[in-house]
Amino acid sequence: MRTGQTIDRRVTAGVVALAAIAILLGGAVAGLLTEAASNWAGAVAAFDGYMARVVRFTLWQAALSTILSVLPAIAVARALSRHPAFPGRGLILRLFAVPLALPAIVAALGVLALYGRAGYFAGIFSSLSGQAWPGAYGLSGILVAHVFFNLPLATRLFVEALDTVPADQWRLASQLGMRAGPSFRFVEWPVIRAALPGVAGLVFMLCITSFTIVLTLGGGPRATTLEVAIYQALRFDFDPARAVALTALQILLTAIVVAVLARLGANAVGDANLSVASPRVRDATPTETLLNSLVIALALLFVAGPMLATVLAGLQADLGRLAGESAVLKATATSLVLAILSALLAALLSLSLVMARRALQLQRRAGQRTLLERLTDTGAGFVLVVPSIVIGAGWFILLRYTGNVFLLAPVMVVTVNAVMAMPFAVRAIRPAYDAASERHEKLCALLGIAGRDRFRLIDWPALRRPLFTALAFAMALSLGDLGVIALFGSDAVQTLPYLLLARMGSYRTADAAGLALLLGLLCLALMTLADRLGRNRYD
Amino acid sequence: MTDTSNGRTGAAVRLDGVTFSYGEASMAFDLTVEAGSITAIMGPSGSGKSTLLNLVAGFETPKSGRVLIGDRDVAHEPPAARPLSMVFQENNLFAHLDVAQNVGLGRSPALRLTPSDRTAVSEALVRTGLGGKEHRLPRELSGGERQRVALARVLVRDRPVLLLDEPFASLGPALREDMLGLVADLHAERGMTVLFVTHQPEDARRIGETMVFLEDGKITAIGEVSKFFGKHGPEAFRRYIGSVAGSLQSHGIARKRT
Repeated sequence: MRTGQTIDRRVTAGVVALAAIAILLGGAVAGLLTEAASNWAGAVAAFDGYMARVVRFTLWQAALSTILSVLPAIAVARALSRHPAFPGRGLILRLFAVPLALPAIVAALGVLALYGRAGYFAGIFSSLSGQAWPGAYGLSGILVAHVFFNLPLATRLFVEALDTVPADQWRLASQLGMRAGPSFRFVEWPVIRAALPGVAGLVFMLCITSFTIVLTLGGGPRATTLEVAIYQALRFDFDPARAVALTALQILLTAIVVAVLARLGANAVGDANLSVASPRVRDATPTETLLNSLVIALALLFVAGPMLATVLAGLQADLGRLAGESAVLKATATSLVLAILSALLAALLSLSLVMARRALQLQRRAGQRTLLERLTDTGAGFVLVVPSIVIGAGWFILLRYTGNVFLLAPVMVVTVNAVMAMPFAVRAIRPAYDAASERHEKLCALLGIAGRDRFRLIDWPALRRPLFTALAFAMALSLGDLGVIALFGSDAVQTLPYLLLARMGSYRTADAAGLALLLGLLCLALMTLADRLGRNRYD
Repeated sequence: MTDTSNGRTGAAVRLDGVTFSYGEASMAFDLTVEAGSITAIMGPSGSGKSTLLNLVAGFETPKSGRVLIGDRDVAHEPPAARPLSMVFQENNLFAHLDVAQNVGLGRSPALRLTPSDRTAVSEALVRTGLGGKEHRLPRELSGGERQRVALARVLVRDRPVLLLDEPFASLGPALREDMLGLVADLHAERGMTVLFVTHQPEDARRIGETMVFLEDGKITAIGEVSKFFGKHGPEAFRRYIGSVAGSLQSHGIARKRT
C-alpha cells in the first residue's frame, strides 16, 4: 500500500532499533572473539574435565527440573479442569501466576526460609529423618526452586490447552458414560500430548539458562551450571579464556534448544493468559473428586509455601531499621531509576520494531517477505538464544582494558535488561498496533494524517494501555534481575537484588529476608498493574 | 466543468493505459469519467472494482500508465495529496474520536481547527442530519449514522472527486435508499464527480448516470445506466444480474443459519 512518508519513518525507526540490538549483541560477540583470538590455547584448554562436569550438571538439573515440573503439572491441570466449580479455582490459577512475577532471588530466599537448614521445616524434617536436616542446598535446592517456578507455569499452560477442548466433546464423553480413565485417554490426553513438547521445551529452556537460583542455592563445583561458571570465571578466577569457552558452549546449547523448540512450534515467551472461568459440567465420582482435591491441595501448598515463608521471614526482619539504612535507600533508588530507564528503552525499541514490521508488511502486500521484515518480526526473539549473562560476559571481557568496567554497570543493566524484556513487550504492543493499523491505515493515508499528528491523535490512544503493560512488565523484569548486575555490580553501583545477594553472602539472613519481601512486593505490584492494563484493553 | 479551483465542481477522472498486477491477477484499465458525473462500477467479486477505485485514490500504484484527475497525473502522489475524498464500507471513523473530531480531521490532519473550520463542521453535520450528535462516539451511533459522519467529512473536505467503495452495503434497504438520496442531494449541491462501487443494481439505477462493468480485471462494458437495464443491455451484464440474484439468495440462507 502506498501511504507516503510515514511508512519510511516507521521503517527507519525499526532499522535504528535493530541496529541498537545488533550493537549490543555484536559488542558481546566481539569481546568473546577478541579474547578467543588472543588466547586461543587458553580457551581450548578450558575444555577440561571440570567443564564436562558443568555441562553434565547443567543438562541433568534441567532435565530433572522439567520432569518434576511437567508431570505433576499434568495431574494438577487435569484436576483443575475436571472441577470447574472447585472452590477458589480462579484464585488458585491466579496464585499460580505469581511465581512468574517473582524475581528468582526472592523465590530462592523463600525456598531457603522454608526448606533451608534453619528453615521453618527444618525441625519437622530433622525429627522425621532422625538426623539433623542438612537443608535444601545443591541439586535438591535447585530442583525445589525450579519446580516452584515451573510447576505453576506448566499447569497454567496445560489448563489453557484443556480449555480448548470443545464443550460438545465433554458433553459427548459424559453422555457415553466415560469415567475418569477413558475420559483422560480419549478427551484430555490428546490435547495434553499436543501441548506437552512445547511446555516441556519451554521449562527445559528456562532451567538451562537459570542463573540466580543456581548461584544462590547451588553449592560449589558439584552443583554449578554453565551460566554460574561464566560468572565465577569472570568475577572470582578472572579467567576470561575459560569464560569464552563456557559462553560458546552456553550459546550452542541454548541455540539447539531454541531450534528444537521452534520445530515443535512452542511459544518461547512464557506468559499464560487464560480465561479463568470454564462453565462446564463434569461428572466425577466421589473418589476421583477426593483424589483431585488432594492433588490440587498439595500443589497449592507447594507453591504457596515459599511465598508465605518469604512474607513471614520478611516481617521478622527489622524492617524499620532496613528502611532507614542508607545502603538500602540508595540501592532502591538505583534499582528504580535503572528499571524505569530500562523499561522505557524496551518499550521504545519494541514499538519501533512493531511499527516497522507492520509498515513493511503493508508495503509488500503479496510476495516474499524481505530479510528486513523478517528481522523486525523475529528480531526480538533472538535475544532468547543469548542469555543476559552471556551478553554481560562478552562486554565485560571487551571492556576490561578500558578502565573501570564497573562504572559501566548502569549502562549494561539498562540496555541488557531492556533487550531481554523485548519479546514480552513486543507481545503486548504488536496485536494492539496491528489491529489499530488494520482499521486506520487507509483513512490516515486518505486524510494525510502522518508523523507526529498520527501518533498523537490515532496511535497513542490505541497504544496507551499496551505500552503501559509493556513498561510495567519490563520494569518488573529489570527490577528483579540478578544477572548483569552480578557481573558488573560493585560497592559503587548496587541494585536491590545485588544488595540482597551481598547480605546473603555475609550471612545477614534477616536483612536479606526483609529486602526480599520489599523486592517481591514491588515486582508483584508492577506485574499486577501490567496484567490489569493488559486485560482491560478490550473494554 | 473541469475547473477545480473553487472545489464546487467536479474534475474529470481518466485512467490512461493503467496496468496493475496483484499476485497472479493482472488488470488493465482505460477509462474516462466526465467531470461532475455519477458513475456506477459493477462486476463480479474479484473483477477489480475496488482495485480501480484504489488506483484512483492512491492506495495502489499502477505498474504503468497515467491516473489523471483534471489535467494532473496523480499516479505517483500519496492519497492525501490527490484532490478526492473516499468513503469505505467500514472503518471510516476513528473509534476513539467523537463525531465532530472525526469530521474535523477532514479539515486539518493535526486537528487544529480554526473558528471557520468549526463552523464548516457544524454545518456539515446539520446538513447530513447529525445536528446535536457532535460529541457522540462512533460506537454510540447506528451503522447509517456512522456513514453520515463520513459523508459530513466529505463535505468539509470539499474535493472535486468522491469515491464510494460500497459504503452502504451493510445497511438495510430503507436506510440505503436514504443514504443514496443524501449522496444525490450532495452531488446536486456540489457537483463533484462521483465514482461508486456497488453490488446492488437498484443503487446504480437510483443515482447512477453512467455504468462501468468489469470482468477479470478489465472494463467489458460501459454506457448509460438506463441502457444497461434495457432489453439490449450487454450480455455479460445481464448474466451477472441473474447470478447476483442467485448469490443474494444463498447469502440470505447462509446468514439465517448462523
